[in-house]
Amino acid sequence: MDFVTLLQVLDSTVRLATPLLLACLAGLFSERAGIFDIGLEGKMLAAAFFSAAVAAITGDVWLGLGAGVLASLALSLLHGLASITFRGNQLISGVAINFLAAGLTVLIAQDWFSQGGRTPSLIGEGRFEGITLPGVEAIAGIPLIGPIYGELISGHSILVYVAFAMVPLTWWLLYRTRFGLRLRAVGEAPEAVDTAGISVVGLRFVAVGICGVLCGIAGAYLATALQAGFVKDMTAGRGFIALAALIFAKWRPWYALYACLLFGLLQAVALRYQNIDLGAFVVPVQVMDALPYILTVVILAGFVGKAIPPRAGGEPYVKER
Amino acid sequence: MTLMTKLYGAAAALALTAGAAVAEPALIFDLGGKFDKSFNEAAFNGAVRWAEETGETFREIELQSEAQREQALRRFAENGNNPIVMTGFAFGNVLSEVAPDYPDTKFAIIDMVVDQPNVRSVVFNEHEGSYLVGMMAAMASDSGTVGFIGGMDIPLIRKFACGYAQGVKAVNPDATVVANMTGTTPAAWNDPVKGSELTKAQISQGADVVYAAAGGTGVGVLQTAADENILSIGVDSNQNYLHPGQVLTSMMKRVDNAVYDAMKAGTDLETGINVMGIANGGVGYALDEHNESLVSAEMKTAVDDAAAKIASGELAVHDYMSDDSCPALSF
Repeated sequence: MDFVTLLQVLDSTVRLATPLLLACLAGLFSERAGIFDIGLEGKMLAAAFFSAAVAAITGDVWLGLGAGVLASLALSLLHGLASITFRGNQLISGVAINFLAAGLTVLIAQDWFSQGGRTPSLIGEGRFEGITLPGVEAIAGIPLIGPIYGELISGHSILVYVAFAMVPLTWWLLYRTRFGLRLRAVGEAPEAVDTAGISVVGLRFVAVGICGVLCGIAGAYLATALQAGFVKDMTAGRGFIALAALIFAKWRPWYALYACLLFGLLQAVALRYQNIDLGAFVVPVQVMDALPYILTVVILAGFVGKAIPPRAGGEPYVKER
Repeated sequence: MTLMTKLYGAAAALALTAGAAVAEPALIFDLGGKFDKSFNEAAFNGAVRWAEETGETFREIELQSEAQREQALRRFAENGNNPIVMTGFAFGNVLSEVAPDYPDTKFAIIDMVVDQPNVRSVVFNEHEGSYLVGMMAAMASDSGTVGFIGGMDIPLIRKFACGYAQGVKAVNPDATVVANMTGTTPAAWNDPVKGSELTKAQISQGADVVYAAAGGTGVGVLQTAADENILSIGVDSNQNYLHPGQVLTSMMKRVDNAVYDAMKAGTDLETGINVMGIANGGVGYALDEHNESLVSAEMKTAVDDAAAKIASGELAVHDYMSDDSCPALSF
C-alpha cells in the first residue's frame, strides 16, 4: 500500500467515523446519566430527513441543520418523557423511537415531495461543502506533512471538525465540571444525588437533551454533508454501530474517539479492498463488515477487560418516601 | 325502518363495486416502494399508461412487510382481480403456493420464473443491456478503468456486472473493471453513504465512469460521480435527468412495457416464460436531451450495431446466472 492510498483510506475513515463519533458521544451523555438509548438510529434518521427537507425547501443548510437538531431533540424528549417521567422501559421506548422515525420520515417525505420517500437533491447553499483550512497552500510543498495536512486534515465539512472538537469538550464537561460530576453520579447512584438536593429528573432530561442535539448533528451530517439529500433508511445501522462503539469504549470519551476511528477504519478498508488477500488465505469483505459487532461481543464477554455500564443504567429512579 | 333501508343501500352499493371490480387488473409493488425512481416506479408508469389508453382502472398495493405478500395476493385473487401483476423476485415462493389455489386467475411476475400453468414469468436479459452501457463506458473512459457498484450481492446483480464487464472488454480488451458490492443484506439497497465512499475509492483507483446497479444506494453513487466530475451510468429507469450532462446513460429495463403488455392482454394473458431482451425492446440504453452531448455519433453507431447483432443472435452475451461464473470478471 503506497502513501497516497493510505491517505485516501484514512480520509475515508474520517468521513465514516464522524457520524459514528457524534452518535457515540450522544449515547455517552445519555447512558452516563442512567438512560439507555437504543433510539440513536431513529434520532439520526429523523434528523437526516428534516435537515435535508428544510435545506431543500429553504436552500439554506444552516436552517436545515437547525431543523434536524430540533427533530432529534423532540424524539429525545419523547424518550425522556416515557422513560424518566413515566418510568417506562428504556429499551422499549428506544425501539419505539426507531420504528417511529423509520416510518414517519418516509411518510412525510412522500407527502411533501412525492419522490418515493426521498428529498430532492440539494444544491449550492443547501449543502455543507468541504472547507479548506488556512495554510494548505503554504505547506503543500513539504513532504509528508504537506499532503497529510492538505488531504487528511483539511477539506472536510465543518461538522467533522465539530465532531472531533466534541471529544475534548465532552471529557472536560464530564470530568472537570460540577455538572459532569453530577451527571456521572446520577447514572451511578441517583439516590445520592437526590439526597444532595439536586433534581435527578432535571439532570437526566438535560442529558437526553444533549444526546438529542448530538444525534441531530450526526443525522444532518449524513444527509447534508456526506450526501445531498435524504434516502429512506439512510442511516443503515450506524446508530447501532455507535452503540457498539460506546460499549467498546466502556463509556469514556477519548476511548469513544478511538473506537469510532477503528470502526470507521474497518469500514474504509472493507470498502477499498473487497477481499483482502493475505497470501495464505483471503479475508472476505463480510468479515470486515461484521468485525465491529464481533469485537463488541468479545469485549462484552470480558476477554479484554470488563465493560461495566453505569450502575443505575436502565432503571427509572423512584424517590424513596 | 330507515336504518334497514340504509343497510340495504349499503349492501347494494357494495355488490355494485364488487361487480365492477371483476375484470380489474391489480398491481403489487415490492418493498422498494411505488416511487423508487427505478424498478417499481417503472411498473407503475406502465400501468398508468394502460389505464390512460383504455380509460379503465386498476387496483394497486404497496407492501410494507414480507408478511403481506401472500395476504395481498389472496385478497386480490378472491376479489376477482385478473390479471394480477407483481414486481420483484421475492414473490417467487409465495406465488408458487398461491397460484394453484386460483386456477382461473392469471398472474404475471416480473424478474422471477414461477412454473405454474396460470403464471406468466417475465424475465429480463439485463446482461444484454449492461453489455451495451459497458461498451459506452469503455468508449467514454479516458483512463481505461471503469467501475461497477452493485447493491446487495445476489446473482441477479452479478448478472449486471458480468454483462457490463463483457461490454467494456469488447471495446477495450485492456480495460480494467473495478467491481464492488455494497453489502450482503437488504440494507445495501439503501445506503447512499457507502455508495459514495465506494465511488470515491473507485475514482482513486482510476475509474472515470461508474455504473450503479444498487437501488437507493445508486443515488449516492451518481451524486458523488457528479461532485467529482466523472461520468456515471444509471439503472432500471432513465436516470439521466438526475445530473444532466454528468450521467452518461442509463441501462433501461422496460418493466413498464412488461406491465403494460400484461394488463393489455387482460384475462387472455399468455402464460409461460416471457423473456424481455434487446430483440423485443425489453432492455436498452437511454438517450435524451440530458446526455446527448456525452454520446458521440461513433459511440451510438457502435452500440446500435452491437444491439442489432445481439437481437439477431449473431452476438451472444454470457449470462452469469446460467452457470454462476463470468468470463470477463472475477468476483
